[in-house]
Amino acid sequence: MDIVVCVKTNPDLQMVRIKDREAVTEAVPYKIGDLEKNALQAAVDLRAAVGGKVVALCLAEGNRKAAEDIKVALAMGADEAVVIDDPALAAPDQAAVAAALAAAVKKLDACDLLLFGEGSTDNYTGQVGPRVAELLGLPQISYARKVEAAAERGVVRCVRSMDDMLETVEAPLPAVVTVVSEINEPTIPGLMQIMKAKSKPLQVWSLADLGSEGPAPVREVVSNLAEEQDRKHILFEGSAAEQADAFVDALIREGVLGR
Amino acid sequence: MAALLVYSEKIDTARELVAGGKQLAAALGLGVSAVALGPGAGAAASELAAAGADTVYVSEDAAFEGWPADAVAAGLAQVADIAGATVVLVGSTRRGKETAPRLAQKLGAGCVSDVNGLIAEDGDLVAARYAFGGATTAREKVATPVKVFAVMPKTFSVEGAIAGAGTVETPTLDVKSSVRVVDRRAKEGDHVNLDAAPLIVGVGRGFNAREDLALGDELAGALGAVVGCTKSLADFEWLGEDRIIGLSGAKTAPDLYLGVGVSGQIQHTVGVAGAKLIAAVNKDKEAPIFAMADYGLVGDLYEVLPALVERLKNV
Repeated sequence: MDIVVCVKTNPDLQMVRIKDREAVTEAVPYKIGDLEKNALQAAVDLRAAVGGKVVALCLAEGNRKAAEDIKVALAMGADEAVVIDDPALAAPDQAAVAAALAAAVKKLDACDLLLFGEGSTDNYTGQVGPRVAELLGLPQISYARKVEAAAERGVVRCVRSMDDMLETVEAPLPAVVTVVSEINEPTIPGLMQIMKAKSKPLQVWSLADLGSEGPAPVREVVSNLAEEQDRKHILFEGSAAEQADAFVDALIREGVLGR
Repeated sequence: MAALLVYSEKIDTARELVAGGKQLAAALGLGVSAVALGPGAGAAASELAAAGADTVYVSEDAAFEGWPADAVAAGLAQVADIAGATVVLVGSTRRGKETAPRLAQKLGAGCVSDVNGLIAEDGDLVAARYAFGGATTAREKVATPVKVFAVMPKTFSVEGAIAGAGTVETPTLDVKSSVRVVDRRAKEGDHVNLDAAPLIVGVGRGFNAREDLALGDELAGALGAVVGCTKSLADFEWLGEDRIIGLSGAKTAPDLYLGVGVSGQIQHTVGVAGAKLIAAVNKDKEAPIFAMADYGLVGDLYEVLPALVERLKNV
């Protein structure tokens, strides 16, 4: 089974600082998103069960080191990697990302299963998987916590984690599946895997390679600022009992207790 | 008259979208239409027509059973065309969140997901949503002729909604789903509703062991509070997923949120930013949770919690 895993690299959120309400991302390293690692692990597990090939597909989106960062996916077990890097896609909206990924999947010309994380670590819109499914005319199964392929029947079977229920569904291949974090515990590659990854095939494509043009924007970001919080910032002192006293008194004053 | 079209498979969310959509539509010079899909949707359609939608389009086509994303997106696109919709609001439940982008792609539209605020400004809509894992709020506009917004439940209030007497129409829609449902079962675990809880005790990694959470339960019991948790505790399966507060869980607005052993990572605290009071127990005076707290108790939770429970006996 040919599996393509769409992988996004994000600025490492632990290292993003807020200055004057703005997020400072300069000099912040990128890394593959947590849910994409779950998707990669799911692909590697499926390959172990039914055989086939795993391709990691990444849109650089302004990450100048994307071709380096994607090697983590190769170390995790992907057989090949493709990075789409084009100045016209430095800060794309979700429609542009989906169009580029869909064009790349067509160019790869062998995809039975297309895996995504349910959302990206930074913006978590969850739009790209469903948009790619629509562009390629494929069925979509979102929020999978279990993925099994019955290649002989030509279907993928998933358990989906919905708001209040678990739903087992089947879709004919090829299909788009997005995964949630409960699906697995991604393995951390060892030194051997990291070394082996260096010799695996890695291609970099531009929009011209895909026969696509720069996208027309469908969205405009007006502003992106940290919320201002107005809090009292009272820290109690003393023993546990003294602090408990002061806190409970405060809650009574605030009308939270003793109403 | 062009329309603002609203849809959610959850009737409460659909009512909120009708109420909020009505005000936005008035500012933009649009009518409000609603959609109800699935076997038995007729009752929801009547309710939405009475709740203020000018027109409700209803289809009980069997293909909508369980609201599969491909069929619902196709159905909504067809209704959007019939209704002359220039704005579509979809309730951002899990099902809605996966359907809205597929619909947007069909309509050649831009889409903003997980919208937690939507206002009309100079004849256009401006949507607010969290970005950078909740550290910032992005304000976004959609630049296409048709605009899709996936709006979080509870974004709009139904309070003060004006009743109406809209008409119900039953268009024939050409839809099918290629996804087959094999089985459905309820998630295990006790179901809590953090959205509605007036007092919440949030527990985090400061607890050393699963059985120590009994201390948190005892405190919650003494306060009359509900227990919520950070995502990592649910990942460890110490508590159920429905107790997660934050970006990947509940966005709460209690009178008091008391974080215990919670460091204050933004992915969690974004779910309590709407609390009237925020308090925290943490042994680290520099923990980020104190920077956003009204009241802080600095100390070992294993000493502070029993002291609090003792003190609360005398309230």
